[in-house]
Amino acid sequence: MTMKTVFTKTNGLTDNPTHYCPGCTHGIIHRLVAEVLEEMDILENTIGVASVGCSVLSYEYFNCDMTQAAHGRAPAVATGVKRVLPDRFVFTYQGDGDLASIGISEVIHAAARGEKITVIFVNNAIYGMTGGQMAPTTLIGQKTATTPFGRDESIQGSPIKVCEMLATLDGTAYIERASAHDVQHIQKAKRAIRKAFEAQKNGLGFSMVEILSTCPTNWGLDPYESLEWVKDNMIPAYPLGVYKNKQGGN
Amino acid sequence: MGKVLMKGNEVIAEAAVQAGCKYFFGYPITPQSELVAYMARRLPEVGGLFLQAESEIAAINMVYGAAGTGVRVMTSSSSPGFSLKQEGISYLVGSELPAVVVNVVRGGPGLGNIQPAQSDYFQVTKGGGHGDYNIPVLAPASLQEIVELTSEAFDIADRYRTPVILMGDGMLGQMMEPVEFGERNESELPEKKWATTGTRGDGAPKIITSLELNAEALEQRNHKLQQKFARIKENEVRYETYKIDDADYIIVAFGTVARIALNAINKARQQGLKVGLIRPISLWPFPEKPFFETRDRVKGYIAVEMSAGQMVEDVRLAVNGHAAVDFFGRTGGVVPTQEEIYQKLLSVSGGITV
Repeated sequence: MTMKTVFTKTNGLTDNPTHYCPGCTHGIIHRLVAEVLEEMDILENTIGVASVGCSVLSYEYFNCDMTQAAHGRAPAVATGVKRVLPDRFVFTYQGDGDLASIGISEVIHAAARGEKITVIFVNNAIYGMTGGQMAPTTLIGQKTATTPFGRDESIQGSPIKVCEMLATLDGTAYIERASAHDVQHIQKAKRAIRKAFEAQKNGLGFSMVEILSTCPTNWGLDPYESLEWVKDNMIPAYPLGVYKNKQGGN
Repeated sequence: MGKVLMKGNEVIAEAAVQAGCKYFFGYPITPQSELVAYMARRLPEVGGLFLQAESEIAAINMVYGAAGTGVRVMTSSSSPGFSLKQEGISYLVGSELPAVVVNVVRGGPGLGNIQPAQSDYFQVTKGGGHGDYNIPVLAPASLQEIVELTSEAFDIADRYRTPVILMGDGMLGQMMEPVEFGERNESELPEKKWATTGTRGDGAPKIITSLELNAEALEQRNHKLQQKFARIKENEVRYETYKIDDADYIIVAFGTVARIALNAINKARQQGLKVGLIRPISLWPFPEKPFFETRDRVKGYIAVEMSAGQMVEDVRLAVNGHAAVDFFGRTGGVVPTQEEIYQKLLSVSGGITV
C-alpha cells in the first residue's frame, strides 16, 4: 500500500513549538502567512517585523529574516526596511492593541505614504499578553479586565474599524477583512493574504489584511465557544470583505 | 576641496553624507530644521533616501528598521523631540543596531525655548531610555570638529554595534564657519553579517530583537552589553586640554561654552592667574584621565555649562574629593559670557594677588 502525502507543514514556519494558548487562532494565521510566502517563493526575500503582544515571539516561528519592533512601531520599522530594500518583501504581524491603539499613528501614516508593505492585523478585540484589557476594537458591552461592567460607549467610546478607516487613504492598494473562525473563512483569509502580498509585489502601495481572531483565555470561553463568538458577535461589528482593491480582480 | 562657509546644522548633514550615510529619517524641530532640509535636498544626489516621518517616534523606528538592514543611517532632533526618540534608542541598544542620532540641544524643560542649551547632558550620558545602558556621546565645539566627529560617530556605531549621539547646542547648529571636508580615513570595520536583508541562501533566518524572556539569559546578554561598554570606555575617550600643566584652577566645559571659557582663561592668564581648560569631547565615556593627572596638584575645578549643573556631577566623580569643584551655569537659553566666567574665576580663586 502506498501512502500519499496530502498535507505537510509549510517550510515558511520553523520547527519551534508556538507558545499560544489552546484555541487561539494565531497559529492558523501564522501558517496562512507562511504558506503564502512559500507558495510565492519569496521566503528568502522577505523580512518580517514582529510587534509587541502575544505575537511578539512570531520571529521564532516565521522561517525568514525577522526583526522585532517596539509596541505599535512595526509599520515605521517596516518602512525603514522597505525603503532601503525596495526589492524585498516586508510584512508586519500585529495585534489590535499594538496596531489600533499605541500604533495607530504609525499604521495610518505608513498607509498614507503608500508604503509597499503588507500588514497582517490580527483582531481579537482584547489585549491578550497583558491579561485581557480593553482594546480599541473591544465591542460595546464586552467585559474585559479594564471594562469589568462592559465597554460603555459613553465612557470608552466606540470600536475603531481599521479597514474602513485606512481604505479612505489614497496610499492603500489592498485592504480586506477576513476571519479565522471556520475552514471556509480560513481559506478566504489565505486568499486575502495572497492578494495583499501580490499588491506589494506589483508595487501598488500599502496592503493590509485584518483577520478576526479568538482569545479563549481572556474571553473566558472554551475554544469552540470562542469561534462561535467571533461569528455571532465580531463579524456583525466588523463586516468581512474587500475594502480596497487597486489591482482589480476578486 | 577648499574651505566652504556653512551653517552648523548643514555641516552635520554633509559630514554624514560624506561618511557614507545615505538614509535619513527626520522630523522638523527648531533649532535643527536646516539639517533635515539639507538632507532632503542632498540625499537624492547620492542615490540615498530622505523621508520625513510623522513623528520623532516614527523617525527613530524607521532608523531601527533601516539600521537592521546594515546601512548607515541617521536621524536628528532637538531636546523635546529627542526625548521622544529615547524609546527607540533603548531598542537600538538592546538589539545592538548602529545608528547616529543628533541632538541639537535647546532650552528646557518642557517646550522650553529654541535658544542654545546643554541641559540634555543627563539624558544623553546617563542612559536616557529604559534599561541599563550607556551610549557614546560626542560633543563638537566647532564646525570643523563636527566634520571629524560625525565621521567618527558612524565608525564607532559600526565598530561596536551601538547608537552614537552627536550632541551640539542651538548655537553650534545655527552659527556659520568655514569648514573643509578632507579625505576620510576609512576604518576597518566588522562585516554586518547580522543584517536582516532576506536569507537568500545564506543559511538560517537572522533575527533582530531586544527581547529575552529568560531572566538568566537576559542577564547574560546584559553582561555582554556591559563588556562592550567597558571596551568603549577603554578605547573611545576623547578630550582636549589647554594650559593645565601649571594651572591652579581648571575650567571644565564642552561644546561652544568651552570656546567662551577659553577667552576667559586667556584674559585671566594675562592678569597672572594660572588657569587651564579640560574640554570633554566624548561626554560618555567621560574623560577621567586628565582629572586623575591634575586633581592632586590643582586648587580647584570650575565646571561651566549651559545648564543648572549636570556635567559637574561627572567632574565631581572624577575628582573624587581630591580638590574643590565649583560650578557656574546659565540656563533657559542664556549663553554665559566671557566676562561672567572671568568674574567666576576671580571669585573662586580669591582674586588677583599678584
